[in-house]
Amino acid sequence: MAPSDRPARVRLAADIGGTFTDVALEAEDAERSVTRWTAKVLTTPHAPELGVLEGVRVALARAGLSAADVTLMIHGTTLATNALIERKGARTALLTTEGFRDVLALGNESRYDQYDLNIELPEPLVPRRWRLPVPERLDNTGRVLRPLDEAALRAHIPFLRAEGIEALAIGFLHGFVNPAHERRAAEILREEWPELPVSLASEVSPEMREWERFSTTVANAYVQPLMARYLGRLEAGLREMGMGAPLFLMLSGGGLTTIETAARFPIRLVESGPAGGAIFSAHVARQRGLEKVLSFDMGGTTAKVCLIDGFAPQASRSFEVARVGRFKKGSGLPLRIPVIEMVEIGAGGGSLASLDAMGRIQVGPESAGAMPGPACYGRGGTKPAVTDANLALGRYDAASFAGGTLALDAAAAERALREHVGARLGLEPGMAALGVVEVVDENMANAARVHAIESAKSYEGRAIIAFGGGGPVHGYRVAEKIGVERILVPSGAGVGSAIGFLRAPVAYEVVKSLYTRFGRFDLAGVNALLAEMSAEAARTVAAGSFGAPTTETRLAYMRYVGQGHEIAVALPARPLTEADVPALRAAYDAEYTRFYDRPVPGSDVEVLSFAVTVSTVVEEVLPAAEVEDAPAPAPLRVQQVRDTATGEVSPWPVYDRAAMAPGARVAGPCIVAEDETSTLVGPGWSCRMDGLGYLELTKERAA
Amino acid sequence: MNALATIQRQIQWNRLIAVVEEQAQTMIRTAFSTTVREAGDLSAGIFDLEGRMMAQAVAGTPGHVNSMAESVGHFLAKFPAHTMRPGDHYITNDPWLGTGHLHDLTVVTPAFRNGKIVALFANTAHIIDIGGLGMGPEGRSVFEEGLYIPIVKCFDQGRPNETFFDFLRAGSRTPVELEGDVYSLCACNDAGAKRLVEMMDEYRMESLDALAAFIFEASLRATEEAIAALPRGSFAAEIRSDGYEAPVVLRATMRTEERRILVDFAGTSGLSTRGINVPPAYCRAYSCFGIKCVVAPEIPNNWASLRPFEMIIPEGCILNAPRPYPVSVRHVIGQLLPDLMMGCLAQAVPERVNAEGSSALWNPPLRGGAQVSGQAAEVEDFEIITFNSGGTGARPTKDGLSGIAFPSGVRTMPVEATENVAPVIFWRKELRPDSAGAGRTRGGFGQIMEIGAKNDAEFAVNAIFDRVANPPKGRFGGLDGAPGWVGLDDPNGTVLRTKGFQVVPKGRHLVLKLPGGGGYGDPRARDPALVARDVANGLVSEEAARRLYGWAG
Repeated sequence: MAPSDRPARVRLAADIGGTFTDVALEAEDAERSVTRWTAKVLTTPHAPELGVLEGVRVALARAGLSAADVTLMIHGTTLATNALIERKGARTALLTTEGFRDVLALGNESRYDQYDLNIELPEPLVPRRWRLPVPERLDNTGRVLRPLDEAALRAHIPFLRAEGIEALAIGFLHGFVNPAHERRAAEILREEWPELPVSLASEVSPEMREWERFSTTVANAYVQPLMARYLGRLEAGLREMGMGAPLFLMLSGGGLTTIETAARFPIRLVESGPAGGAIFSAHVARQRGLEKVLSFDMGGTTAKVCLIDGFAPQASRSFEVARVGRFKKGSGLPLRIPVIEMVEIGAGGGSLASLDAMGRIQVGPESAGAMPGPACYGRGGTKPAVTDANLALGRYDAASFAGGTLALDAAAAERALREHVGARLGLEPGMAALGVVEVVDENMANAARVHAIESAKSYEGRAIIAFGGGGPVHGYRVAEKIGVERILVPSGAGVGSAIGFLRAPVAYEVVKSLYTRFGRFDLAGVNALLAEMSAEAARTVAAGSFGAPTTETRLAYMRYVGQGHEIAVALPARPLTEADVPALRAAYDAEYTRFYDRPVPGSDVEVLSFAVTVSTVVEEVLPAAEVEDAPAPAPLRVQQVRDTATGEVSPWPVYDRAAMAPGARVAGPCIVAEDETSTLVGPGWSCRMDGLGYLELTKERAA
Repeated sequence: MNALATIQRQIQWNRLIAVVEEQAQTMIRTAFSTTVREAGDLSAGIFDLEGRMMAQAVAGTPGHVNSMAESVGHFLAKFPAHTMRPGDHYITNDPWLGTGHLHDLTVVTPAFRNGKIVALFANTAHIIDIGGLGMGPEGRSVFEEGLYIPIVKCFDQGRPNETFFDFLRAGSRTPVELEGDVYSLCACNDAGAKRLVEMMDEYRMESLDALAAFIFEASLRATEEAIAALPRGSFAAEIRSDGYEAPVVLRATMRTEERRILVDFAGTSGLSTRGINVPPAYCRAYSCFGIKCVVAPEIPNNWASLRPFEMIIPEGCILNAPRPYPVSVRHVIGQLLPDLMMGCLAQAVPERVNAEGSSALWNPPLRGGAQVSGQAAEVEDFEIITFNSGGTGARPTKDGLSGIAFPSGVRTMPVEATENVAPVIFWRKELRPDSAGAGRTRGGFGQIMEIGAKNDAEFAVNAIFDRVANPPKGRFGGLDGAPGWVGLDDPNGTVLRTKGFQVVPKGRHLVLKLPGGGGYGDPRARDPALVARDVANGLVSEEAARRLYGWAG
């Protein structure tokens, strides 16, 4: 590229995943025409920045650009998550209210599985000897019942030093209402031990519920030194390459933030990869004007589903990380941070099938992983995985899987299916394979159904956006099970999360608890809190938005007095007036009725907390142009495929996605193949390539 | 049956389990009583038209297992299926037709498809107040324990039965929550019914008969296989509870046969005059749970998988309370039954059975304000209960769990949340050092809790605690867990009774020391590194480590 044609804007995104680090680069010229290059390199777990730097070099070389041309770099990483799963974070201590040393160990005193006598509970990140009590106590209104015993606090410091503590969390009961004791404790620590990183519960997660708040704060402290070191090395590496562009980090809530904020609250980075996937889907939905979609990302070990309405993924405030019990809810560490609401289940290509005591086929969450992998990989795996079942159904061609880079052993797949599933049920390998795939599709459909119910949403008129290696393979059958009649398989799906990063706004969400009831609504108190939260969010965003226009959204989390679960109701982004109060109460009743059919008579409503998000305005997307019909390409080959709905085997033509022109239409049953995945077009479905090069599958009603 | 149909039946069974799970989750999200929404003291299931349970939600508490399963038959006896109409909802809290005390509401709802009744949905929830004496052991008959609801319609073809709701509201200290809970129970059954009909449409099913037969056949066969794999024999065990007016002996003789397990409770103590008596359905529920955890934990609960466990509960014993004996806190005895069952099974399959644990919940019902102090009250009226637990018994290859509910499946609520709903202050809630029974694997640790009212005002506790005079026993050389303790924080360490209504005077706090779980195997065989870890964490004192484990540190 000659210097005069230098693009006006070059944006780069890198997503570190478990196996691969994906890089996407987009260059925009003066006419705002965008060109994209991507790169996929192996993740380098010992020093993840090396993989990122390598991927960046590859992508820049492909684009013929230099590091100096880059105007913005966005990054997401699973580093924090991995540190929590593998317990490789800092030696972390917790200073907490005397009498409450074991909040992290006791949790909610429950078991996540009623019948399993041998369950393991997750060990707290901080062992008991480093959870140190400090005399002090506040009541629920923030009033001091017992002053902070500063001498007792100071007396702990020599022990912490002797133990080689590297990070500290401070969390006191009701400290989110009145942070004075936590702040004073931090001040003392700063005086005595300025280099020790300190996380305050009242800053990391200022919400009611001590277990969740302390757990989040401790996790923040636990990953902080590691993330700070990593981000420092990455930044230095990028500078060395000659990159002067600012570096932004992807947050689990779906917004971007500056490196300074990320270093302060690294726990907000945990789910950034999946968040990128959801934003990718939201962008595809926007391009196609689809108001209601389900993002369906199926990979090697898990599947993630996420509802996206009005082009915005659903937000949530709670999340569980590092589950120890087969992905079971309640078996992980609770985190209370802004996240994109999604359901992740142990269902992927590597998920293993077996029979239980009743002869029922079970699939996952155990996974064959990359080693030994499914039986058909011929690397020593003997148990049947979902990939083996897909092969035995005739969905994959043994010779051309993954672009022909991995020859599959069909006999090994059938042997595994016969031994572990078919023999006891009296099923031939083909039918055993059908059983395995139906069960995994049903598991994903159940997860999607529950997700919709929990969000009071339906699948009527909704489209699925399918990506990841397995999404396009399993998409049509999952769609049939939940009653969806349209599927979109975008291009670039192999690096979906990285592309999603490029579409994310610079955003920051502040959540704070303030208790009030509609019966005696504390208008002044609420307005003061919202103004303060708004200023904090705006300040954080301003550091990275470079004056771009922003938008603000405000939510209140409310429930009927005495109920346990809150519903979010939108507030206007301005000071509230007396007139707003009854309107909000009415909005709550309406929202409650949408969830649960009828409001509850005679009950007052209470507000528990508020959320304020400031975000740069998402760039407008040009609507996709309609394309004229084009002729279908000739099929590459024909495969004998067993239909999982009827059990019948019939010839399915296989088309090359790269050979399809926009406007080309092929009728199901058939397969549209590409290197990274195959799109299955089931019987009664048809598939057309749209003007963006995306595959659009629609179900014919009469079929 | 052809191959495809075989697979589809499996898919439909999976779907039913997902449907009842949704039903339970809907209840948890919409319920008002903290007991349901925070603690998860509930259950949900789907039944065929003969009242046989086809699937039950895994969320929920074991005490409702098969007591709710039996309950639906009672509803059908009074309101036969052919008389039910869309939009009808039926309710009861009869301890002998439901799940064992007046605080549990059971709601049954018919599901219709194309105008034809196809199934029944039922759920049970423990609500916060039903009037009467309140949750506690003091009643001398069930009539003192609260409002008694026979099986009636609470909604008739979608219309609320206003007379019923009037009585309900008038009879409770917490009318808004109670009414809200009834609405929530009905809504959750409706949610289940809606999902069921969607599945039947998808698979074009006219009835659930064939699916029910398949589920029952597979479950029964798997359960029988699990039973057949046990050593045959007759195994007797006994356990002691502190009781109310006198200690209570629970005795069981378990016979393992080819296709069933038969438990005879002969030798168990007689009835109490107070509310610790156990209705028979509740005895079967917890006994069955205890056996099932050991023998067939992975088999889902349904009519057939519960059938091979048969109980003989002699008349006149505390586990077969007749109406109108008081039964309000039947859990305090009933939750010891899994330990009793494991005492029998320890002789058959020692490598699969835990030591005894704290087991019965330590859930202090607290009350304050005018109901305790009259016009001298210094705090607003309040009535709350929190669900807390001591340590569980050591497991053959793993330590017991500390401060974890077993066998009950309930959760506790955050202290911050409790302090926001009532004027109480928890001054201490943490693990209790040296409370775990020593062993090759040790028991779980109990907790210490210290509770006061705001401004140290007077308040009261309606005590329902056990394992104070009779601590959890260790097995196979493991030592007993520490006994519980109930008292005040005064200099004399005033001891309170383990059961009954008692006032905590102004200026004083209630102190609860929850029991630890029993140990398993010889403590001297314990991995020294684990002993050292517990010492470093301040959970086992150096003195105890030396004395019990031979620790050399």
